[in-house]
Amino acid sequence: MSKNYTPPKQGMFGQIFDTILVLVLVYASLMVPLLFKAEAKAEAAAANAAAVVKVSWESLGQNEIQQQQWVKLGYDPEKAATLINSRFDYSIDPMMLIITILVVAGYFIFMLKVSDKQYREVIREKFDNK
Amino acid sequence: MAKEKITTSNSKPIAMLKVLNPFHIWALGVGIVLVGEFMGWNFTVGKGGAYASLIACWVIGLLYTCVAMIDSEVTSTVAAAGGQYTQAKHIIGPLMAFNVGLYLVMAYTMLCAADALVVGDLMKSGAEVMGYANLDTKPFVVLTVAFLAWLNYRGVFATLTLNLVITFLAFTSLIVLFLAVDPLHQGVVLQHQALLTDLPYGWIGVVAALQFGMWYYLGIEGTCQAAEEVRSAGRSIPLGTMGGMMTLLVAATITWFVATGLMPWQYLGQAVTPMYDAATLLGSSQLQLMLFVATAFAAIASANGCINDASRAWFSLGRDRYMPVFFGAIHPKYRTPYRSVLFLVPIAISFAFTGLLDQVITFSILSGLLGYTFMTFNMIKFRKMWPLGSIHRGYIHPFHPIPAITLLTLCCATYFATFLGYGASLLSIMAFYILASIWFVLRRYKFVKRADQFTMPWPRPKGY
Repeated sequence: MSKNYTPPKQGMFGQIFDTILVLVLVYASLMVPLLFKAEAKAEAAAANAAAVVKVSWESLGQNEIQQQQWVKLGYDPEKAATLINSRFDYSIDPMMLIITILVVAGYFIFMLKVSDKQYREVIREKFDNK
Repeated sequence: MAKEKITTSNSKPIAMLKVLNPFHIWALGVGIVLVGEFMGWNFTVGKGGAYASLIACWVIGLLYTCVAMIDSEVTSTVAAAGGQYTQAKHIIGPLMAFNVGLYLVMAYTMLCAADALVVGDLMKSGAEVMGYANLDTKPFVVLTVAFLAWLNYRGVFATLTLNLVITFLAFTSLIVLFLAVDPLHQGVVLQHQALLTDLPYGWIGVVAALQFGMWYYLGIEGTCQAAEEVRSAGRSIPLGTMGGMMTLLVAATITWFVATGLMPWQYLGQAVTPMYDAATLLGSSQLQLMLFVATAFAAIASANGCINDASRAWFSLGRDRYMPVFFGAIHPKYRTPYRSVLFLVPIAISFAFTGLLDQVITFSILSGLLGYTFMTFNMIKFRKMWPLGSIHRGYIHPFHPIPAITLLTLCCATYFATFLGYGASLLSIMAFYILASIWFVLRRYKFVKRADQFTMPWPRPKGY
């Protein structure tokens, strides 16, 4: 029978450091995608600037009822054009897709493997060292 | 069931109060989610069009039905604060548990921030209608989070009783709005024939819409967080959770039906408060006022439930030393995880003040999605390690393993949906959880008492 693991006590400074570290990681992961977005926004703004033309409800493809509802919502054709012409780009970059699949799958495989190892230790202490 | 002893940081055994019933569980689950029917669900329309939104509503409804079935069985058996976190600890292992705890804290804290922002924006809209332009929303954000945190600090019974009342009123407002649009007579108020279009992006837009389809139901699994505070977990959790899912399916379908019959999809796809806009379009000031109040109630109920759930998850992480033990304390008088409640107040407010609403929402959704992926492994292992009959289960869900396999398939589809349009956010958030996991293994796990991670009175698991 092996001896149960006794963890060290953590001081107040260590507790504060660990808490702040997790928060820094969260804020960093919130901010990083902004770098990509800033680039995409600049491209979109350039494209919009190049495509400034006079718009009407007809050129925007809006039928009579749709026009009525836009007007009730406080929109004229120029204002509505921004929303109507704004589109998602769903073209798929195969390399990015493969990287994303590997990251998500790798994360779960890593977690399940390490967790299983740790869990066996927990069960051994719980049931063997009573 | 006897109260479980909990050791606070100063070693005084205190237990949380067992005062909740199935209605409180319903209020906790639906209260967190119902705001999703008032705002957020409509981003599905932006990603794929109106029909894609309806398909996403039902497909993701199936995902959450699987979540509710699985959760009801495991939670009614592992009845402890922390919900899925405690389940992971007992069934999969410490690293998974640490990650699940973080999913819960992040999903709920960020959702709370988004709710507070909605309250602020709503106040601004209301002020504009009354002739006060450019109202500063920040004080309303702070007030909302601070008031709800105070309520949570004082006790769970009052907190969830408030949720029960305001959630019921918000849900009733959706029914009233549905009746007000004369749903049986097309063309009188509703204009589906003129407003509904073909799928603007084709079927890939339908898949993409699954991402924000989660807003219709995100947070229903939070019912598990109250497992330690209900009088009968085996009865209350399944009743409250499944009842909540039925309520949400009805509310989501009504919401889609009313909004898509009143607004062009391009407007609806980016609206901040679509149901309030729907009432405005009807031209009735009473309906407008009702939806103003109901949207505020829904956002407050959601933020309230989120503070409740995030604090319990953070408390559980602290209690088990996965995070600093300072947070694992219960208030000696109010029996609430007060340090965790107070700690999360500035965090939620700071998330709200970043101004990154779509990032915050995506973080919340992805954290929820990672949690649902965990549930599939958890359920399969749970039945293998303790087969039926080997331990007492409060509830046994039918058709195992079909719900778990369905859930995993739908989770994979939703990851792909997030990749479409939010790929950078997906990788960035995964990087956070990977770095946090490495940090846990290399530094944090040394503070964890191994044998203390298994507290259920169960026999040794099969295969271990």
